[in-house]
Amino acid sequence: MTAGTAGLHAAAERETLVSVQGVVKHFPIKQGIVFKKEVARVHAVDGVDLEVRSGETVGIVGESGSGKSTLARCVTGLHPVTSGRILFEGTDITKLSGAGLKAFRKDVQMIFQDPYGSLNPRRRVGSIIGDPFAIHGLASGAERKKRVQELMELVGLNPEHYNRFPAEFSGGQRQRIGVARALAVRPKLIVCDEPVSALDVSIQAQVINLLKDLQREFGLTYIFIAHDLSVVRYVSDRVGVMYLGRIGEAAAAGDLYERPRHPYSAALLSAASIADPDEAERAERIVLIGDVPSPIDPPSGCRFHPRCPKAEERCTVDEPELEVKEGDAADHLTACHFPVEPGENLAREHAGIRQESTEPELPEVEQ
Amino acid sequence: MSMMSELEPEALPPEPAEPPKRVVGRTPFQLAWARFKRDKLALVSLVVLVLMAIFALMAPLWADWTGHPYDQTFPKTALDAAGQPVGPGKDFWLGADQLGRDVLVRAAYGARISLVVGILSALLASLLGVAVGVLSGFVGGVTDTVLARIMDITLALPYLLVAIMLATTFQISSVTASLTLTILVIAFFSFASFGRIIRGQVMSLKQKEFIEAARSLGASNTRIMFVDVLPNLIAQVTVLTSLLIPTSIVFEATLSFLGVGVRLPMPSWGSMLGEGSDVFQTAWWLLVVPAVLLLLTTLSFNLLGDGIRDALDPRSDRIIGKK
Amino acid sequence: MSLLEVTDLRVSFNTADGVVHAVRGMSFSVDRGRTLGIVGESGSGKSVSTQTLMRLTPGARIGGRALFEGQDLLTMSDRRMRQVRGAEIAMIFQDPLSSLHPLYKVGRQIEEMIKAHDAGASKEQARKRAVEMLGLVGIPRPDRRVDDYPHQFSGGMRQRAMIAMALALNPKLIIADEPTTALDATVQAQILDLMRRLQREFDTALIMITHDLGVIADMADDVLVMYGGHPVEEAGRRDLYYRAHHPYTKGLLESVPSAAGTGDRLKAIAGQPPSLINLPSGCVFHPRCPFVHDRCRTEDPPLDAVGGAALSPGTAHRSACWLPHDITGLGEDADRARAAAAERGRAGGPGTGATKGGAA
Repeated sequence: MTAGTAGLHAAAERETLVSVQGVVKHFPIKQGIVFKKEVARVHAVDGVDLEVRSGETVGIVGESGSGKSTLARCVTGLHPVTSGRILFEGTDITKLSGAGLKAFRKDVQMIFQDPYGSLNPRRRVGSIIGDPFAIHGLASGAERKKRVQELMELVGLNPEHYNRFPAEFSGGQRQRIGVARALAVRPKLIVCDEPVSALDVSIQAQVINLLKDLQREFGLTYIFIAHDLSVVRYVSDRVGVMYLGRIGEAAAAGDLYERPRHPYSAALLSAASIADPDEAERAERIVLIGDVPSPIDPPSGCRFHPRCPKAEERCTVDEPELEVKEGDAADHLTACHFPVEPGENLAREHAGIRQESTEPELPEVEQ
Repeated sequence: MSMMSELEPEALPPEPAEPPKRVVGRTPFQLAWARFKRDKLALVSLVVLVLMAIFALMAPLWADWTGHPYDQTFPKTALDAAGQPVGPGKDFWLGADQLGRDVLVRAAYGARISLVVGILSALLASLLGVAVGVLSGFVGGVTDTVLARIMDITLALPYLLVAIMLATTFQISSVTASLTLTILVIAFFSFASFGRIIRGQVMSLKQKEFIEAARSLGASNTRIMFVDVLPNLIAQVTVLTSLLIPTSIVFEATLSFLGVGVRLPMPSWGSMLGEGSDVFQTAWWLLVVPAVLLLLTTLSFNLLGDGIRDALDPRSDRIIGKK
Repeated sequence: MSLLEVTDLRVSFNTADGVVHAVRGMSFSVDRGRTLGIVGESGSGKSVSTQTLMRLTPGARIGGRALFEGQDLLTMSDRRMRQVRGAEIAMIFQDPLSSLHPLYKVGRQIEEMIKAHDAGASKEQARKRAVEMLGLVGIPRPDRRVDDYPHQFSGGMRQRAMIAMALALNPKLIIADEPTTALDATVQAQILDLMRRLQREFDTALIMITHDLGVIADMADDVLVMYGGHPVEEAGRRDLYYRAHHPYTKGLLESVPSAAGTGDRLKAIAGQPPSLINLPSGCVFHPRCPFVHDRCRTEDPPLDAVGGAALSPGTAHRSACWLPHDITGLGEDADRARAAAAERGRAGGPGTGATKGGAA
């Protein structure tokens, strides 16, 4: 990064690869035997804006029901969006079909969470990794085999295992197969949907290192989705925190982890387990009340208000905009009326509204 | 922490050799066969069915050796003075029927009918079931609604009534035509339950990440259907088909018993049962021979089907030494 | 005498591919009011071991002893075992939805369990107790939620209900097998908080099985690290985190991303976990160990006391590794000492020293 560039442009130096603009994805819940009638809708993604620049890694964290996986599938074109636009190199992919869509699919690949489910158990590894070559007519016969074996070597698999079935590999190795398949067509963007959460800790680190090495070597851009905060922080340049279909806070990774402004980000960070007993004892946990509400009927106003320790009357009606708050960096956006101030102890805060509903409350236990 | 210390565990190759001696290089088929071979009951069933097939294939030979064609009556040797059929003996190994025909020879021809009708109609039903089930489950939407309703309606029809109605309407006299009609009727009434299961399977397969992966790679629907969906149905289809055969055999026997199956004089175990049930008290063999053969065949097919399912289902091999 | 004392537990299964040695000699003990953490990756034997204690592993070949208040869990009659299960030892599983019966009301399931173990309890008493337990684990308006079905509860609430069920009979020992793995971070924090409070109140012993070192750091008093079917290191919590001896423990602690700087590469443990059918010779960890030396390839190291000043006195610190037992911790100095010791071990081995020594 060159000195003298204004802060606002510092990060924007690299060109924008993906631009997600006001994307909404609702899943209708239908009932009826012959004529299906929509009875409700799951508000999986409900108005998300996101920029991904070439060569960077954007992390998306969130809990179940936050819509992070749905967002990933919208960006890869697996789910048609309900409304909004997704520009990939300036082209709106939500309107693509036929040859245009196929070409886009070559540029964007996905790595899935489940190393067992994402590989067809009835096919040999060589043919799974060779799939992209077959689909896009890039190589066949001996040429395809050669290129598949090169890929296997690249991701740390033994090329001689070309003829084996997925069941003969361990979890970590299967994830490498998934990575090799995604790399086959030299994509520009790889969307990783919880790529390591099904793996053992020691294997997680191997796969993360592999993904980082490949990014360096091929200049890949990643959208990295996970619920594990430490993993996301480690791999990402910028991080977005999702809650019930919206982005609550987005910032550079280090900035977000050191100075979270949204109470939800702060709570999520404090809830993460720390593999260090002394630090764990010192850490002041913000224990949120209740579970994430159902995305079928998300709360009014700010969606976090029923669980937020700082919630006031205004939060129940007025939905906050994702914007730069005072004292923050230009790329640090927060959607909150009452952002967390540095040094504030959220664990001691009490909401200004009644948060009863059906949420669990912990009674005091005598000690 | 230093950038590159010699102590870094990373200094080791990322993937040393291979996971310590996994069981390697066996295809799913080889694994299934290895498991199947251990299932004694299924192996015995397979042997019984092979013997049954040989028995059926040899039908004309039985007729030659005994000198008793299946449709010829032997009033002099096969019926006693009172006009009652003779029991199992030197001339008629399994006895004779009321018209003086050889039960052994007729049973062998009956085996042909049972096996041919059973296997063909099961295959036809599974073909139809897979086609409809895959189409319904994979395409979804209106296609699914229509096909699923058709399957429901088929299942709701009273199959015996419809079969009797068809038989009386067409008034078929030729054996081949009645055989064809029987196969078609059985297949038509069996495909729906088959199709329903396949539809459910396809719908759950469609949720699998590897289908999503194929789609995100740009694979067409046709490719996904043939490369990713169908191969994953093979196990299920094999099991279902092998279990559908005995059902079809019983179905055929039922139709023939009622006289709306394969036309006489071509014997079928069902029609033999029908004829034998009247004179059970005086000529037990007329009932027992076809009944035992029918039982043996359907039981063997069922046990074989169970064996195939256990062999193809990887969950069943977890623990063998269960006490 | 401890509440539960397990000695040399061994579990194996016959499968189509050979004998799976799931647990190969595991000893530990738990006292009332204490929490034993068992950490390990998939296939380490951590879950099988406790399932075996509860006799939930049909078809397994089992060896060793597990004395619970002096009675051997592994040999007691089925009748006695049924009394122990639930009433004296309760289990909490990873997935509450599959452990709760979907067609019965949550409260009814707790009532049934109370009545199964206490024939004298009337329906009203059992119901009162069920409501009380649901309230205790933080389910709001328990008198109404008691009549809900499991699917009407959220994931966190279901896990609370499971805990209520586990506590209903006031057991002496609770075995929690990955109790928070299926839950979100914010809900995990709630559940761990709850378990800690309840354990303190009821003075139960707790065995916490998990792959998450963060959960262990938060909950456990003593820790057992499992690898390849047996413990490779056991220590008090602080000793384990700050004075780790075994290279596997060290590797696990270092491969957690938060422990490393964001810029560096993560320190992954190379290779794959061992196959429990075909275990490596010598030390099971040797094919993945950066400090492997000649002895490791042939001799299986015993679990021996680790030297130095213990941070958590009262708990033995033992490790199954051939490296000198006074080299502990994660620092660079410790690594250098380990490497030097491994180097000595390589050079000293007759025959193999010359070739293997320089290769690493």
